[in-house]
Amino acid sequence: MRIDMTVNGTARQIDTEADRPLLEVLREDLGLTGTKYGCGEGQCRACTVLLDGRVVASCRTPISTAAGKKITTIEGLALNGRLHRVQQAFIAEGAMQCGYCVPGMILTATAFLEKTPHPSEAQIAEAMNGNLCRCAGYPRLIAAIHHAAKGGAHA
Amino acid sequence: MPEIFEIEPERYELFEAPRYIFTPTRREFLATLGVGIMVVPAIAQQRRGGGGGANVPVGSRLHIATDGTVTVLSGKVEVGQGARTELAMAAAEELRLPLEQMRVILGDTDLTPNDGLTAGSGTTPRTVPSVRSAAAAAREMLLSTAAERWHADRATLRITNGRITHDGKSFGYADLASALAGVQPNTTALTKVDDWKILGTSQYRADAHAIVTGKHEYPSDIKRPGMLYGCVLRAPAYNSKLKSADLTAAQKLPGVVAVKDGDFAGCAASTSYAARKAVAAIAAEWDTKEHPSSDVLFTHLKSHAKPGRSASERGSISTGLAAAAKKHTATYQVPFIAHAPMEPRAAVAEWVDGKLTVWTGTQNPFGVRDQLMQAFHLTADKVRVIQPDSGGGFGGKHISDAALEAARLAKEAGKPVCVRWTRAEEFMWAYFRPAGLFEIEAGLDAEGRLTAWKFVNYNAGGAALETPYKVANAHHHFLGSQSPLREGSYRGIAATANNFARECFMDELASAANLDPLEFRLRNADNDRLRAVLQAAAKKFRFAERRAAKKGIGIAGGTEKGSYVAACVELDPTTGKIREFCMAFECGKILNPANLRAQVEGSIIQGLGGALTEAIEFAGGKLKNGSFARYKVPRFKDVPTLDVVLLDRPDLAPAGAGETPIIAVAPAIANAAFHAYGERRRAMPVKMGRA
Ligand code: FES
Ligand code: FES
Repeated sequence: MRIDMTVNGTARQIDTEADRPLLEVLREDLGLTGTKYGCGEGQCRACTVLLDGRVVASCRTPISTAAGKKITTIEGLALNGRLHRVQQAFIAEGAMQCGYCVPGMILTATAFLEKTPHPSEAQIAEAMNGNLCRCAGYPRLIAAIHHAAKGGAHA
Repeated sequence: MPEIFEIEPERYELFEAPRYIFTPTRREFLATLGVGIMVVPAIAQQRRGGGGGANVPVGSRLHIATDGTVTVLSGKVEVGQGARTELAMAAAEELRLPLEQMRVILGDTDLTPNDGLTAGSGTTPRTVPSVRSAAAAAREMLLSTAAERWHADRATLRITNGRITHDGKSFGYADLASALAGVQPNTTALTKVDDWKILGTSQYRADAHAIVTGKHEYPSDIKRPGMLYGCVLRAPAYNSKLKSADLTAAQKLPGVVAVKDGDFAGCAASTSYAARKAVAAIAAEWDTKEHPSSDVLFTHLKSHAKPGRSASERGSISTGLAAAAKKHTATYQVPFIAHAPMEPRAAVAEWVDGKLTVWTGTQNPFGVRDQLMQAFHLTADKVRVIQPDSGGGFGGKHISDAALEAARLAKEAGKPVCVRWTRAEEFMWAYFRPAGLFEIEAGLDAEGRLTAWKFVNYNAGGAALETPYKVANAHHHFLGSQSPLREGSYRGIAATANNFARECFMDELASAANLDPLEFRLRNADNDRLRAVLQAAAKKFRFAERRAAKKGIGIAGGTEKGSYVAACVELDPTTGKIREFCMAFECGKILNPANLRAQVEGSIIQGLGGALTEAIEFAGGKLKNGSFARYKVPRFKDVPTLDVVLLDRPDLAPAGAGETPIIAVAPAIANAAFHAYGERRRAMPVKMGRA
């Protein structure tokens, strides 16, 4: 099946099986390996991307669903080389151990902060609960999301 | 009197044959073994223990480039625990260089010294000194060489930002680097703790930018020109042998390479989708034998016990028990649990002119090289293993079946092949932290002091087997068993299990003695470092006050690998949720406070999984909960209020910290549950609510 989609602002066209997961097309066909596989069943959110601005698990999204849509992956979050404030906050707070969960965390947090610019800690935990970090770096991840929320005004 | 064995330090490796030994070609046999009779390759002798700092010349440890960049080389690996930063700090400190000027190459069998496994909290106590003494020797040699060239008094030379200066003249390190040939590490020139500028400060990962932009290449992100994607045929159940596999249908699919070699069968294709379809097209028959279920796990472990892995005895248990005012006995259980690192096992293999290069996630690159040498009948110079900083290990990545699988497929395909395990494969076919059964008996005198301590452990492992409390008559015994599941290392491995049983039992003894659990521990602890962490945690948490005021308050302590930990917990008796967790931790001089805090917090939260929810269940040779939907690991909402107290001891050598904090988590929680419900909790994971 032929799929037209926009990935990180660039029009892409690929011809592939309709039921291939978006995750695998991004990683294997488009070389965008910043999106990670963690479980393939919607349980870890390491594979999070934004589909028309909404958070989706790309491992559970057949490529056919992405047709005609805008996709943002972690590689496309920085604008003109300037890191997004959530990315900056993750660096400032040292919010990573192995870092494997981080791309998914950042994209989930980005979409969440758009809707909830001034979250409480409980709201952060609720919104991020689908994202697993096996290094269990949750306290630093929460600190980074707070940091991004606070720095939001002038970042 | 039982036979006495020496206590094993720890089994940090799997003493298992590799999963596959592939059929060699005649040429390979000749290359490895020379002309002669066919022999089965012996399982290579692996190093024991956490390994550490290979004692190598300075030139093998440090490289100074012409532009002045200094590269540190170590066979240790980065799996998120902070080894890369720590080793950069160690070298920068001794070379008086800014941290930004350091590069670190880790875990590459062609480039780095063999520093053994990255395990057993060994990088800090063994590799850091090794890097420091190489860097210190280099600094001293560079200074003497500069002094000689200038005919100057060495004492008048200064070092600033990697330049040696004197009287308006200067040398860069690179100008003098040739003087380092043949120089040996020097431990006497190490910089004193009081003079540290970099070590002892908080530093984050230097590659954070690459991580937040998705550019960092994990093992599963490696892509080679022409690379195919592999998929392996898996047995339907444990205890299965591949009887036959018909590849015809798979081979007919376009672009598919299919292989069967002994027990291995798999396919490679241009996408992982196509590779999966091809494997699904293999017609396979399996011979499956019966496999015990987790319901009978503990009786199985006991009935299959193998006498005497290690044991120690001092005094006489019977005398100690005879002298006791009170005696008590109990049995504890710890299940198998999975590491489930965020990044499952992955490998890319590439053969070029008979030399195999493998990129894979492993805590033991040299061990994986040995595995590949055995499996493919190759000599060491024909195998290179590289571990790109990977997505978590926790003791779970000591061997790499994925490396063997990728290499076998790549050999067949004549192209590089990657094999990336799925989460289901990761759960089922990796290995587990050992399950264990404990039988404990102790006696107390009228003042609540231990008179006898008998501790028998089936299958859990030998780390932290011996009690750190004072007792004249003690017997410790670890018996191996026939494990129904493949088992191996884990963060803290047996120390978690042994400490769980011991610290819960200490709580039972405290209540038998009618003593407060903290008071009881202090009365029996003569180790100052253990006392210090217990007191620090209790003070910060206001243990006595809170325990008097409400239910659900518990404490536990422990020591392992030269560091000390104590934890206080408050849980909500109604919901069973952990409200607050306070930990005091001491590991000698702190090298990187920010990273230490992250390791302690990570250990606590990861430990909550083992303490509250994680246990591998299996029946009929299959896992019942081999997915994140069924196997519950800690998430954001499970994180309690955390309070971490780090005790810095500049007078003591730094010990590792990635593991020990986890050993106090489960017992503190079980003891809090006892306080909440008045019923003992003698198994992990700890059940909440009244029975
Ligand atoms: S990989 Fe998609 S949710 Fe885990
Ligand atoms: S940092 Fe390792 S999984 Fe989150």
